[in-house]
Amino acid sequence: MIAPFLSQVLRISVPYLFAALGGTFSERGGTINIALEGILLTSAFAAAVTTYFTHDPWLGLAAAVLAGLLTALLHAVICVTFRADQIVSGIAINLLAAGLTKFLLKEIFGSSSNSPRVEGLPEWHLAGVGGIPVLGDILRSPLLLLAAIGVPVGHFLLYRTPFGLRLRACGEHPEAADALGVSVTRIRYTGILISGAVTALGGAWLALDQHSFTDGMSGGRGYIALAAMIVGKWSPLGAAGGCLLFGAAETLQIRLQGGAVPTQFIQMIPYLLTMVVLAGFIGRAAAPRMSGVPYRKEE
Amino acid sequence: MSSPAVELLDIHKSFSRVKANDGVNLAVARGEIHALVGENGAGKSTLMKILYGLYAPDRGEIRIDGKPARFRGPADALRAGLGMVHQHFMLVRPFTVVENMLLGREGVPPVLPMDRVAASREIRDLSGRYALDVEPGAVVEDLPVGVQQRAEILRVLLHGASILIFDEPTAVLTPQEATDFFRVLGGLRDQGKTILLITHKLDEVMQVADRVTVMRAGRVVGERAVRDTSPAELARLMVGRDVALGRVEGEAPAGAPVLEVRSLGVRDSRRIARVNSVSFQVRAGEIVGIAGVEGNGQTELVEAIAGLREVEAGTIHMDGRDVTGSRVAQRQRSGLVHVPEDRQRRGLVLEMSLAENLLLGRQRESEFSGRVLLRAEPILRMARRLSEEFDVRPRDVSLKTRDFSGGNQQKIVVARELGRAPRLIVASQPTRGVDIGAIEFIHARLREARDQGVAVLLVSADLREVMSLSDRILVMYGGRVVGEVPGRDAREDRLGTLMLGGAA
Ligand SMILES: Nc1ncnc2c1ncn2[C@@H]1O[C@H](COP(=O)(O)OP(=O)(O)OP(=O)(O)O)[C@@H](O)[C@H]1O
Ligand SMILES: [Mg+2]
Repeated sequence: MIAPFLSQVLRISVPYLFAALGGTFSERGGTINIALEGILLTSAFAAAVTTYFTHDPWLGLAAAVLAGLLTALLHAVICVTFRADQIVSGIAINLLAAGLTKFLLKEIFGSSSNSPRVEGLPEWHLAGVGGIPVLGDILRSPLLLLAAIGVPVGHFLLYRTPFGLRLRACGEHPEAADALGVSVTRIRYTGILISGAVTALGGAWLALDQHSFTDGMSGGRGYIALAAMIVGKWSPLGAAGGCLLFGAAETLQIRLQGGAVPTQFIQMIPYLLTMVVLAGFIGRAAAPRMSGVPYRKEE
Repeated sequence: MSSPAVELLDIHKSFSRVKANDGVNLAVARGEIHALVGENGAGKSTLMKILYGLYAPDRGEIRIDGKPARFRGPADALRAGLGMVHQHFMLVRPFTVVENMLLGREGVPPVLPMDRVAASREIRDLSGRYALDVEPGAVVEDLPVGVQQRAEILRVLLHGASILIFDEPTAVLTPQEATDFFRVLGGLRDQGKTILLITHKLDEVMQVADRVTVMRAGRVVGERAVRDTSPAELARLMVGRDVALGRVEGEAPAGAPVLEVRSLGVRDSRRIARVNSVSFQVRAGEIVGIAGVEGNGQTELVEAIAGLREVEAGTIHMDGRDVTGSRVAQRQRSGLVHVPEDRQRRGLVLEMSLAENLLLGRQRESEFSGRVLLRAEPILRMARRLSEEFDVRPRDVSLKTRDFSGGNQQKIVVARELGRAPRLIVASQPTRGVDIGAIEFIHARLREARDQGVAVLLVSADLREVMSLSDRILVMYGGRVVGEVPGRDAREDRLGTLMLGGAA
């Protein structure tokens, strides 16, 4: 009973984990990234289309990352180079991603709801560990494994390396970073692009796990990932904790469906939890001080 | 003769509407402490930012040790051996001292782990050598300002700087911290470092500098060896006239109490008790000064009186009415004005224009606001009048306050507050960062207000300021008022003892 539950929590959390990790890298550098939602969508679409035509899910994964990078690049150009409002840019990108994928879905597959079935990534069957709960699940799926490695690696990168130090400095006090010869522009671009590439892995998971792209399949996960990131106080490990919490709530919701409680209420569980956690438990979380503020180098 | 460590030749720099540097020449010899003084907006900070590669000059040349240098950014300047300690600190506050030191260090692989242990050792070595005591593992925002500054100096030294630029380093220091700082400066010079020091305090120039350059309106108007000059001559060069900062007694005896504080208790944002059963009165027509080392409860006391911080115990009365729980706007309607100690945090909205900032707090007055819309003409007229009167430069009411020099930002806050016919003035560090001409003016305005029967509460880290203005001086220590001295016969040493918790 508990093992299948945990296994399901993990699988549901994968897109959250990638998107929240991605979001952390963008925001730590000082750029709010609600475009996560759009990145999930474009990368899922790229994964499905590429896999459909090449029959190679690995190429699909690569295409997803490319799409994620391009979408993030758009956000970076708007926010960093043109110093436009980061929320507005994010919303615009999300609307654009929704419209563009809908349009291309129709153009390429002639459907307004979903793509044909595509192959998924292979499952690895390792002798000996396959039966172990949680660990077995992780070692079976390439993307789950990547998520499990990515979180601690991201944490290490952010808190133990010169790059992480510079990234966080650009989110806290860009003038200081600049005065020490750190290029705020370059570091912020890097953070946003990492955000795009990592989030795209979550998008690829969505499409390849379901073996198709369905219209609007990101379904608000980018926003939930942002909430998880805030709950986790902008640290990769904390954000992962938040993702698993929301993943658990969603799993519970799925399992409770069909019971005595009306489904509409049950479907609200993850969102209610998000709000309760954001408002209550965490208190005033310590956001990077200059997140959301474009950096204007004085000239 | 060897070439100077730093040479600036015919430097020009204009911002959209202002010529900040207009053909500046400056030479600084190696191993010299060179002071740079001048009025607010004279272009001192701009010149130093050009030297440090933060601004590109429109024209002109920089030479380091006789060799022409082109800095495309601070990174280039760092490599050439320059380091700058800024007017507003450039430390990342949630980072530890070590992390701040490691930031911007070049030639390390970006994604391999940093060696914090080695860095901490390096910091300890260096802090031993220059007597700059800093704990490497401490988080910056938990450190007192003086220690933060030491961390900044250390970082500059750690990057191998041999030419150090300081922009108003003592503006935020307590007198004790300033004394320590000057000792450090002397030590740096003795080790062969070249030092450029911007300051408004002429006695500091006389005390530590070897040479001094005076700037005015973007140009150099004089250069002297410190032993050949006097504060009076420097003041004359700066402002173009004689400046007097002496004591002037009030004209009339004080009247009825305007502000009355009874057994006040206040906690800071971390819930630590900062003010403990403080009681005093400020009467109409008197200036009461509060002296004390910063951090002894003055900030919280002032915030409580201004209505910005909750009162834990006791009461505050204005003109006999209890205002302990009143909102800021109510207190302001009863005639309270407040010059906050941190102009950038509490005093200004940096992204708004000069005119808008001068309007803040008065936007509902019928003079400036119709039923729905603000009235542009009266607002502009008021802004022009106030910036004229308080000599805010440049005289451009549509310029964002961010683009004014530090001292002019201060004048804007003072102009707004003193410009509204108050009954009670609560002024915290009212002349921080302003030039001596402006200090003289602000002091005159405070005295004038007193002579017209306004009650003035003055809090200042500058003991001289407290002594030259106050009719009575209260000394705060450890959140309590530990002594009261009539301003007329206050002596620096006696106040100093009280400020450190000793008996008078
Ligand atoms: N980024 C900017 N944009 C527009 N104007 C500016 C900018 N920086 C400085 N100025 C203007 O250039 C002039 C010189 O400013 P600067 O900061 O160099 O003066 P300062 O001598 O350091 O004065 P203070 O003693 O008040 O610090 C001022 O008139 C200021 O308003
Ligand atoms: Mg300045």
